[in-house]
Parts: sequence; C-alpha cells; structure tokens
Amino acid sequence: MKALRKFFDNIKPSFEEGGKLHAFRSLYEGFESFAFVPNTTSRRGSVNVHDAFDSKRLMSFVVIALVPALLFGCYNIGYQNALAAGKLSEATFCGMFIYGLLAMLPKLIVSYVVGLGIEFTVAQWKKEEIAEGYLVSGIIIPLIIPVTTPLWMLALACAFSVIFAKEIFGGTGMNIFNVALIARAFLFFSYPSYMTGDCSVWVSADPILGFGYTALPDALTAATPLGAAAAEGFAGFDCPTIEAAVIGLIPGSMGETSVIAIGLGALLLLYTGVASWKTMLSVFVGGAATGFLMQSVGATEIEWWHHLVVGGFCFGAVFMATDPVTSARTEGGKWIYGLLIGFVAVLVRVLNPGYPEGMMLAILLMNLFAPLFDYFFVQSNINKRLNRAK
Amino acid sequence: MAKVIKLRKGLDVKLKGTAALETSATQCPGEYALVPDDFCGVKPKVVVKEGDTVKAGDALFVDKLHPEVKFVSPVSGTVSMVERGDRRKLLSIRVQADKEQVAREFDVKGDVKALLMESGMFSFFRSRPYDVVANPDDQPKAIFVTAFNSMPLSQDFDYVVTGQEKEFQAGITALSKIAKVELGVSKKQTNKALCEAKDCNVTIYDGPAPAGNVGVQINHVSPINKGEVVWTLSGEEVIFIGRLMTTGKVNLQRTIALAGSEVTAPKYYKVLVGQKLTTLLSGNIAEADHHQRIINGNVMTGFKTTADSYLAAHATEVNVIPEGDDVNEFMGWISPFRCKEFSTSRSYWSWLCPKKEYALDARVKGSERHIIVGGEYDKVFPMDIYAGYLVKAIITGDIDRQEALGIYEVAPEDFAIAEFVDSSKLELQRIVREGLDILRKENA
Repeated sequence: MKALRKFFDNIKPSFEEGGKLHAFRSLYEGFESFAFVPNTTSRRGSVNVHDAFDSKRLMSFVVIALVPALLFGCYNIGYQNALAAGKLSEATFCGMFIYGLLAMLPKLIVSYVVGLGIEFTVAQWKKEEIAEGYLVSGIIIPLIIPVTTPLWMLALACAFSVIFAKEIFGGTGMNIFNVALIARAFLFFSYPSYMTGDCSVWVSADPILGFGYTALPDALTAATPLGAAAAEGFAGFDCPTIEAAVIGLIPGSMGETSVIAIGLGALLLLYTGVASWKTMLSVFVGGAATGFLMQSVGATEIEWWHHLVVGGFCFGAVFMATDPVTSARTEGGKWIYGLLIGFVAVLVRVLNPGYPEGMMLAILLMNLFAPLFDYFFVQSNINKRLNRAK
Repeated sequence: MAKVIKLRKGLDVKLKGTAALETSATQCPGEYALVPDDFCGVKPKVVVKEGDTVKAGDALFVDKLHPEVKFVSPVSGTVSMVERGDRRKLLSIRVQADKEQVAREFDVKGDVKALLMESGMFSFFRSRPYDVVANPDDQPKAIFVTAFNSMPLSQDFDYVVTGQEKEFQAGITALSKIAKVELGVSKKQTNKALCEAKDCNVTIYDGPAPAGNVGVQINHVSPINKGEVVWTLSGEEVIFIGRLMTTGKVNLQRTIALAGSEVTAPKYYKVLVGQKLTTLLSGNIAEADHHQRIINGNVMTGFKTTADSYLAAHATEVNVIPEGDDVNEFMGWISPFRCKEFSTSRSYWSWLCPKKEYALDARVKGSERHIIVGGEYDKVFPMDIYAGYLVKAIITGDIDRQEALGIYEVAPEDFAIAEFVDSSKLELQRIVREGLDILRKENA
C-alpha cells in the first residue's frame, strides 16, 4: 500500500493548479479518495471526531446489495435464451451464466463510462469533488431495462438522466427524481417498441462470442405476464406460479425478476440501515392493500399478492423507492410516500391498459410529491412554534 | 420530587481516556491570558496598558457596546502584552502573575446584577437566541443552568461540585434574584446539592448526549419564542458566582478534566481560567510518533489549539486525541475490517460491542457532500426541531424560514452530535454559528 501511496503522492503535483494534467484533477481526486480514506482533519470550529460512515460507504453498500440481483440477472438471461432456443436440456449452468454475463457487461460498462464521464467533467468544470451517487444509478440502469436494448440507446438515456435529472439540479443530493428511473422513463417514452411488448424485447435471441443459442422464431411471440395482461385484458393474464415469480426464471428486465435475489439485497439494506424500513414496508403494504381492494371490487382477477412478486415491484420498492435523496425526508412523510407508491403502482397496472407496469411511474410521481408530504410535517412543526408564541 | 424528562434521541460516543476521579493541582505562577474570541459576540475595548498592575477581578477589557460588562483578570500581576492581529484585532491580553496573589474586594450587598457585571461574572452569561454574551439590558424569562455535560470525555460535574456545595447553592440563590432559575440535572447525578438545590426549579434529564446541553433543556422546559431571551450558565460558572458571594473575591478556578486517548493518566486538575496549557500538559501527554491534537474544550465542541495557548474561558476540559493526518487507510470506505472505528451505522461492527471505548482521531473520514440522507440529524437531535431543514435554511440564507424552524432555540453545540454522525460531513457547528451571526446582525 505504501508503494501506491507513494505513486499518488508523486503524480499529485501534475494534477494541481498549474500542473500539466490539471484538466483531470477531478479524476485524480476521485481515484485517490477511492484508494485511501482522505486524511484531511476537521477544521477549527467544527466537531473534532467523526463517525466512520460516509457517503462512499452508503453508496457502496447499495451496490453490494444489488449484486445478488445482478448475478441472478446474468443467469436468467442465459436461461431465457436457452429456453427460447428449446435447448434447455443441453445448456449448462456455467454456459448460461457466462452468456448472461456477456450480455450484461457491455451495458454495465456503457452505463458507467457515460454516466461517470459526465460526472467527472461536471466536477472538473464546477471545481467540485466527484460524488458517489452514480455508482448506484450506474448499476441500477442496466438492471431495469430489457436485455435487447441497444447500447447507443442506453448511452443516450444515461447521458440524458445524468445531465437533466441530476446535474442541472446541482448533483447528487439535490436531484428531485431518481436518476435511474429517469433513464428508464426516457427510453420508455422515446423508444416504446424496444421497451415493452412480447418476448422479442425481453429475451436475448442470438449467441454471443460462441455462447448461447439462436432462439426459435415462435418462442419470441410469448409475452411477459404483465404484458399479456395489458394486451389481452385480464382474461389473458397468464400468471407465473408463485414459485416461478419468487425464484425469478421468467422474462423481464435484467435484474428485476427474482424476488429471492432482491430479498437478499433488501436484507443487507435493512440490516445496515442504509435503506429506510419504513419506506420499504409501506410500499409493500400500499401495493398489497390496493391489490386486495381491486380484487374485491372486481376490477381485476389477479390475486393481490401476485402484484407484489411480478414485474418491477420488488426491485422498485427495495432499491428505488428507498433512494434517500428523492424519497420523503421526514419520518411521517416516508410512510405516506411509500404507501402511495404501492397504491399508484397497482392502480396503473390494473386500471390503465396502456402501461403494463406501473412501478416506474409510481415512484417518479411520488418523487415529485415527496417534498409536499414533508411540507405537511415540517409546516406542522412551524405552526406549533407560531401558536406557542401567541 | 423533581420532574424527570426522558430523552430518547441522541448518541453516547464512548472514547478512550475518560478522566479518573482524582484531582491534582498545577503550578500557578506564569503567564495568563484572556482571549476575547472566547466571548462570542463581544466587541472588546482594552482598558489596561502593557505594564499596568492588576488584581484578580480587575477589568482587562470591556464590551464597547456595554462598557459595564467587564472581562476580568483571573490573577494579580502585570499586564505583559496586549496582542493584536490583522487589522488590529485584539487577540489576547496577557498577565504575568505575581507570586503573591491579591484579589480585589467586592461589596456583595448591593444589586446582584451590577455586582456580577463589575466583577466580570456577567461575562460568563450567555444569551439565547444567538448564543452570545448576554446583554444586560435584556430581561430574561429564565436563567438556565446545566449541571452536567453529556459529551464524551467531559467533566463529571457531580465530582467537581463535591466540596463546593455551599458555593454552588450561593450562586444559584444569587441568580434567583435576577430571574427564575431552571437547573438541569442528569439522572446519574446523586449529589444532593444538585438534585435538591434550593431557589430554583430542578429538572432531571435521562438520556444520551446532548442531553446535558442547555439548549436541549430549554427546548423541553420552556422553548424560546421570537422576542424572548433566556440566559444560560454552566454549573462551574455558578460556583464562580457563589465564591464571589461568599468571599467577596473573584476566584476563577476550575476543576477541569484532562482526558483523551493521548493523555497518559487522564484525571482532573485545578486550573485558573486563562492558564497556560503547558502547565497542564507537560509530562501528561503520551510520547508518540504521530501528530496529536490538543483540544481547548470538549472533543465535540472545543477547538484545536497548541500547547502554548491558554485555557479557554468556557472550557471545562482539555482533550488530547491523535490528529490522524498521517493515516492512510487503503479502501477504508468498503473495508469490513475497520474495527478501530466507531460508527452508528451497522455497516461497521461497532454496534456489536456497545461498551468498547474508541481512540478516534481527528480525520473527517469522508468528503463533504450535499445532504444525502434525510432525517439523519433528527435521530441524534433531541429537540422539537427539524434539524436538517434548519441547516438547509441557514445554508440558503433564508432568514424567515430559519425563524420559522426555530433557529432562536439552538446553539452550535446542539449540532455537535449531528455533525459527528453526518455522512455528508458538513460542518454543522460552523454553519449554525455563521447563520446565528448573520441573523443577529440583521435583527440588530
């Protein structure tokens, strides 16, 4: 480690003001603080000791929590490919996993290169340090889009969301909308035919670098459960068994299908306290209650619990509704925020035939309303103070 | 039976080097200094010249706006230096102490407030809003005295008051002649002089830091509204007043805790306000090959200083911890093995050993960010105030909103624990101090 420290110390002068590589200062700082905990000490007039928890650790634990969903996503891509080719019996676990990994990796790389590239540029331009927020967004974006999304589309979406959903508001911590969901919404409304529909979107159909198979043509006309429900009415809802939905070997966005994999991430987030249990729980409660209501008034035949396990419900509830920046910030606000996300997500699914999946729209809508929920709680505190003064 | 208020929010950080309950004396002769910056909000006007002889209790400087408020010498001797900095800012007034100490005699029979101003005791009164030296023209709705400090490595006032019970009570009685006195006592304190103090209203607080902060106590007993003023004092300053009332002389002797992981034998020392820190530190600091940080005051609220500076006016402890500027932790932000670090987050292991004491250094351990996690401050902020929203209002300079959110009730020290846990590493105490200063100017 001493050699690495020495290396950083040696190259530091060229990145400083007047140095040859000053244009890459933010890049140097990013990597230095990535390698070593900054040893700047607290200034006069501020607290002398600090908690070891910082935003880097916060973000990196969300990334770790996403790893099970990512790994399962890789496997499922390979599994769906083999299934569509009718070669499930001869495909090996490793083969399917490597195939999925090869499909996933380019998207991860594009997402990080484009997003972090913009972040570094902006940090350099604004003479600020690079923030860690995109570490999470960068891994979530590939996980919530279909495997067949072209890379150029992904790059465009990442650039759009980083610039227009985050940087123009002032960077991580100041954004109103969840960055990853804005990327998905951008794709959803700009290129709808690539983002929803039958299995030709959700299943990778061609071999990659010698791995995987060519899918049979008729295998690709099958639809995702929610897609079928939207297209043909609920009579056509071919619900996956609860086992299939929980394990997650069904078509869907790359990381959203497995309840178990997402559950592992949720456990880590709740154990470490990185995500708010109030938000997470209330999304599920809101979704379940609305599903139950819809079922009992006869608006849908789908069992209420089915809503919680299919589509992006779990993924959204665990990883995106709990985004500390865009969710409600008061404790009471978190309950309302979560309940309404669950409510709107199921409402869109059941009552709006145009959109088979409501989670993205529900979270984005509630991102917009979160400050309003907080407003009520903060205002009641203000009113209490005003009344006291009378 | 006094009212007990249970506080759930807050955090007790366990740090290595708590002072053992024994007291040593320090050598007395030498140079003493009064630093105007210790008295927030004062415009100092020097009333002595270099070479003047002063007694303990004679004024060294006064407040330009209220010349009746005097800031007095803790010792008798010769004024050795009036130190000035840039733009002739008064930095300190130093007094070379005589071997034979003489104190000025005060007549304690007259008006208490006038006596306190003349004898320099009033300079220790702080007023809320703004957490500045009190304005004698104000009529406070109460004087709040906190008889305990809940911060880590702090002075145990229960121990300090032992043997000075009579003076403490005399001080409280004197204060009660100015306004209603509210005394805050910790549930852990057993000394009857505190729990059964007379001429005041005793409230017992049960909870983690910052329960000992007078701001927290005000918020629970009698929150400040706009236009109202409350004066605050710490327990030891009440003893100063008590000594004056019983002897007629100024005696600014404190029993301070020399504590922290870099102190060889942490314990209590009898020192005078303004005493040179070397008299206290020499021989008591561990030999080390790393840098050390000497803190004038508490580890949470005090400020970094050097060994040749002087004990701050309000300091009840001197803490010494490792500086940490030579530590290079590889990939610390992700490492699962940072067992020497304390964190409220369960992404570290410290929650498994709640009794372990930590030797934390002065690193910020992260970089400054915008506020990312909502409600992070509120968990350790035991007041009916949305701390995060208030900090944002101060950062954006929105004075109306600061007022609405309760800025008049807070002092920088109330944000110390929130600043400790803040994952965005914002300098909350500095932000609040600057906010209060701006607000005070606007309202003047």
